[in-house]
Amino acid sequence: MTAKRRGAQLGMLAFAVLIVMGAYASVGLGINGKVPSGMLGYGLGLGGLMLAAYLVLAKWAPWADPLLLPLVTLVNGLGLVMIYRIELAGENLASAANQLMWTALGVVMFSATLIALRDHRVLQRFTYTAGFAGIALLVLPMLPFIGREINGARIWVGIGPFSIQPAEFAKLALVIFFAGYLVAKRDVLALAGRRLLFIDLPRARDLGPVLITWGISLGVLVMQKDLGSSLLLFGAFVAMLYIATQRTSWVLIGILLFVGGAFVAGQIFSHVEARFNVWLHAEDPALYDAVGGSAQLMQGQFAMGSGGILGTGLGQGYPYKIPLSFSDFIFPAVGEELGLTGLMAILMIYALIVERGLRTSLAARDPFTKLLAGGLSFILAWQVFIIVGGVTRLIPLTGLVTPFMSAGGSALLANWMLIALLVRMSDAARRPPPQAIQDEGLTQVMQR
Amino acid sequence: MNNPLKRVAVACLLMFGLLMANVTYLGAVKAEGLRNDSRNVRMLYGRYKVDRGWITADNGKTTLAKTVDTGDKQFRFEREYPLGKPFTHVVGWFAPESASGIEAAMNRYLDGSHPDLVVRRAIDMVSGKPAKGASVDLTLNTKAQEIAYKDLAGTGKRGAVVALEPKTGKILTMVSVPSYDPNPLAKANKDTVNKAYNKLDKDDNKPLINRAIERTFAPGSTFKTVTSAAYLSDDSSRDENTQVDAPDSLPLPGTSISLPNYHGESCGGRATLVQALTISCNTPFAIMGMDVGYDKLKEQAAKFGVGQPLEIPLTVTASNIGPDEGKAALAKTAIGQQSNQMTPLQMAMVAAGIANQGTVMKPFLVNKIMGPDGAEIDGTDPEELSEAVTPEVAGELTKMMIGVIEHGTGGAAKLPNITVAGKTGTAETLPGKPSHAWFISFAPVDDPKVAVAVFVESGSAGNDATGGAVAAPIAHDVMQAVLGQ
Repeated sequence: MTAKRRGAQLGMLAFAVLIVMGAYASVGLGINGKVPSGMLGYGLGLGGLMLAAYLVLAKWAPWADPLLLPLVTLVNGLGLVMIYRIELAGENLASAANQLMWTALGVVMFSATLIALRDHRVLQRFTYTAGFAGIALLVLPMLPFIGREINGARIWVGIGPFSIQPAEFAKLALVIFFAGYLVAKRDVLALAGRRLLFIDLPRARDLGPVLITWGISLGVLVMQKDLGSSLLLFGAFVAMLYIATQRTSWVLIGILLFVGGAFVAGQIFSHVEARFNVWLHAEDPALYDAVGGSAQLMQGQFAMGSGGILGTGLGQGYPYKIPLSFSDFIFPAVGEELGLTGLMAILMIYALIVERGLRTSLAARDPFTKLLAGGLSFILAWQVFIIVGGVTRLIPLTGLVTPFMSAGGSALLANWMLIALLVRMSDAARRPPPQAIQDEGLTQVMQR
Repeated sequence: MNNPLKRVAVACLLMFGLLMANVTYLGAVKAEGLRNDSRNVRMLYGRYKVDRGWITADNGKTTLAKTVDTGDKQFRFEREYPLGKPFTHVVGWFAPESASGIEAAMNRYLDGSHPDLVVRRAIDMVSGKPAKGASVDLTLNTKAQEIAYKDLAGTGKRGAVVALEPKTGKILTMVSVPSYDPNPLAKANKDTVNKAYNKLDKDDNKPLINRAIERTFAPGSTFKTVTSAAYLSDDSSRDENTQVDAPDSLPLPGTSISLPNYHGESCGGRATLVQALTISCNTPFAIMGMDVGYDKLKEQAAKFGVGQPLEIPLTVTASNIGPDEGKAALAKTAIGQQSNQMTPLQMAMVAAGIANQGTVMKPFLVNKIMGPDGAEIDGTDPEELSEAVTPEVAGELTKMMIGVIEHGTGGAAKLPNITVAGKTGTAETLPGKPSHAWFISFAPVDDPKVAVAVFVESGSAGNDATGGAVAAPIAHDVMQAVLGQ
């Protein structure tokens, strides 16, 4: 029987808040030579928020995985510190107060999700609703009046002074949809068609869903110039399709479709090709000086190189010299001041969150939970891979949010909800099954 | 569904593994290259983040380079050179992307990155204070330096002055003219600095060059001291009163030309060494040179330091008496012509070696290095470079050089109540071009405190410039300044 480990969780949560506080103090010492004046309020604020989240979790999901909340607190807190540090340097739009407010709202969403959703399996009933909602959210930025184009990507919706990125919420809705849909259809999709070499191909008539998702992904890519979200959604779908059917052929078909589509798109739309060029030849001076060239990517590389193994220390480097250092490029910014060591730690935290999610999926008792937990965990890992790989020049750069770290409200809210879902499912998975009530009398009858 | 889930978990692990490998590659393997990329502004900012140590002279009493805290966030510490032009070639400058002079040669002490300062730097790092570098105190005598500069530059001459302390090798004066103001090159703005630098670089008078150590010139008659040293050392029975042939004109072997004395003057057919040096006859020294031969002359020059690369800590161009090109060439080499090329510092070392009873001390500019807390970290101990001549030969040479001052071409360097020894030089350059004017000297003879070499470049002091008329007065002023008169 699994233990609740609530004490350990509270201890780790306190430890996470303490690390973040230390980082916060270190920024102040690095820049001004003194501990920031708002330190106490800030610490109490973050500590209070996380205590609230913990209490909600303890009451409404007592069997939940004890690691998830402290881990998320740590990355969220480090992101906050980095944004605070970049804001202090001036010359940019970073705002730690905004990010703290969104973190608070994120914790509210986390709590609300846990309180409102006592059993995640009800989501299965809303499979198609979630699918339509997801697509509607994706289309939203394309609508006139409310849609906004920022930095060349039309992925924003403006409501008054706020801009939200509906794709972040669409991500959740679509993973719920994929899970529900695949649970229903997985037997059919797993049926073997013709055999080619060593691979069983699916039947041609079952290709419909994968083609539709592919079409939507390419639509996102082409209409909104958002290669990142496109890759994110399609990748998540293919991974979940694989989990549901155990057919490698689906993965190969998916990769072929996406690469083919992206290649054709690259021929037609210059921005895709430009991304590839920048990735391959970032150090080329001509490309470096070009408008929309490799300058940002290289600045990120310079930051990481300058940080070296141990980093300059918080507040002592020039991470704010990277364009968008507080959002897309927060990872290299951290690399400059915390060095390779800090980046490894952060990657390790993400890896642990994903691992806890996948473990929940493995431990789950029903296919829907397995698929949903697996899908959510994968999409988190996949998102970290796409954005971190992009800013570190492992793969071509596509704009995505670094989960929990980048400045941005929509992503924080959506990702806190994602964690709430994982927590809810881990609670269900770890909860001991109801004990059968022993009937002594019946036993005696059986003995006779 | 657990099997595919486990594979997806492996895929996730692989993705994180790839990210970690790539981050390691950037942060550890490729870091150095990225850090030093010229497009990485951090390199530039890093230079202005350090509270750079000062450069001083006169045992710390005179400031030659100081650091000013501008309070600017990116270019916090700027460099200033309060005494400017006379010191530019020695002190150098600290520009956004480069440095020169002591600023470059002693950079690791000045910016605190030297291993000797590692503890101090660690303390700064922990306490969050800006890193502070060590201060460098130079051996320069600022009064003599300024007088040397004024004498040369004030009358529009080009050239160099070097003064050494013969017993230690301390460089008391090192001036190169024309000079320039280093302050515009120390501004934290790449574009304005590059513009200022390019303008200096294009200047026909080549102000960027430190003529005292970076260029060699024909030493003319000042080299006769070296030839004499070789001649005297070759046979211990010779002394300053040895008679040598001094014809009015010397036919050069293997050629149809003859070597005359300066301005066709007569030296009376025979002369003692003292007499020959005093009025600077050419023919006897040409004969002496041919007599000892190329190898011995070269060896003697090498004993004075010729041909040896030096770091003082500025890099000194090696002087050279030229290749062995036969007797006729050797005759000219012996009087400081032909391919014979010396730096002004080298000629100062010759004078200092003779002054110091034949022992040449290694010249140096850094007196001591003081940590950010003011404690002395390191000091330069005087070091022997070589034994150029025996004390006896040195004494004989000194007597010959006293003759030059008392009765000969170097009268302008005479000091009241102090015996001075010296030698003038007027070196032919290209046919039709004015000569280089040279003067080397040391004083006081019985307890030498200063040895000087003055070099005035061809054409900058009129067409009839001679060492005695143009260079000797400058040496006079510098010696006087050092001796405190």
